[in-house]
Amino acid sequence: MRYRTPLSVARGLGSSGNGLGHWWMQRLTAIALVPLVLWFVVSMVSLSGQNHEQVMLWLRSLPHSVVLSIFLVVSLYHANLGLQAIFEDYIQARWLQLSARIIAAFAAVLAGFAGVFSLLGLAFGG
Amino acid sequence: MPMNERPLSPHLQIYKLELPMVLSGLHRITGIALSVGSLLLVVWIMSAVHSAAAFAGMSRFLGGFIGQLLLFGWSFSLIYHSVNGVRHLIWDTGRLLEIKQIHTSGKVVLALSIVLTLLAWVLGGGFPGGGV
Repeated sequence: MRYRTPLSVARGLGSSGNGLGHWWMQRLTAIALVPLVLWFVVSMVSLSGQNHEQVMLWLRSLPHSVVLSIFLVVSLYHANLGLQAIFEDYIQARWLQLSARIIAAFAAVLAGFAGVFSLLGLAFGG
Repeated sequence: MPMNERPLSPHLQIYKLELPMVLSGLHRITGIALSVGSLLLVVWIMSAVHSAAAFAGMSRFLGGFIGQLLLFGWSFSLIYHSVNGVRHLIWDTGRLLEIKQIHTSGKVVLALSIVLTLLAWVLGGGFPGGGV
C-alpha cells in the first residue's frame, strides 16, 4: 500500500524539502573525510605531548594549516548534514526542528570561520 | 488530525536487541559527539593562536580527568564513525548487504575501532599539550 500522494512522488522530495542533493553531499564529504580523518588522527598522535611552541610551529606550516582548514570545513559541513537528518527524524514539532537546524547551521558556519581565520592569521604572519 | 491516520513503525522495544541496530544507533550518537568535538577542536586551535597562556589553560583542562574522558570518547567516536562510515560507503555500492555480512562487518568495525583507538592512545600517550 502506498501512502505517498502523487504530488509528493512527482516532487521527489522528502521531509527535508530537497531531494538528492543532501544525500549526495553527505556521501561526497564522507569520501573526502576518509583520508582527511586518517591524516588528522596521525597528526594529533604526533602532536600529543608537544608544548605550545611546537604546536604553533606545526600550525604555522602551510601544508598543515591548509589541510586542517579543509578538514575543518568539510567535517563541519558533513556534521551539519548529519545533524539535519537527525533533527528531521526525531524532532516532530516543525518550529523546534527548524530552530535546531538553524542553530546547527549557524554554529557550523561560526566554528568554520573562527577556525579557518585563526589559521589564516597564522599563515599570513599574525 | 491526519497524523493519527499514518502507520507507526514498530517500537524499539518490540525487537530483540541485535548488534547491527546498536551500531546504527552508535553511528548517529558518535556523529552528534563529533559535531560537539569539532567545536572543541576550533577552541583548541583558537587557544593556541591566541596566546601561550590560553593554550596552557586549554592543555590543563584537556589533561584533567574530564578533559581526558572527553578526548577518549571523542577519539573513539571519530575512529568508529569513520570506520563505520566506510562500511556505509561500501553498502552504497550495493555490496555486503546480506544479513550475515552485516553482522560480520559490524563485528569487524567494532573490533577495528576499539583496537585503533587504543593504538592511537598508546602511540600518542595523551593529547597535544595534555601533559600525559
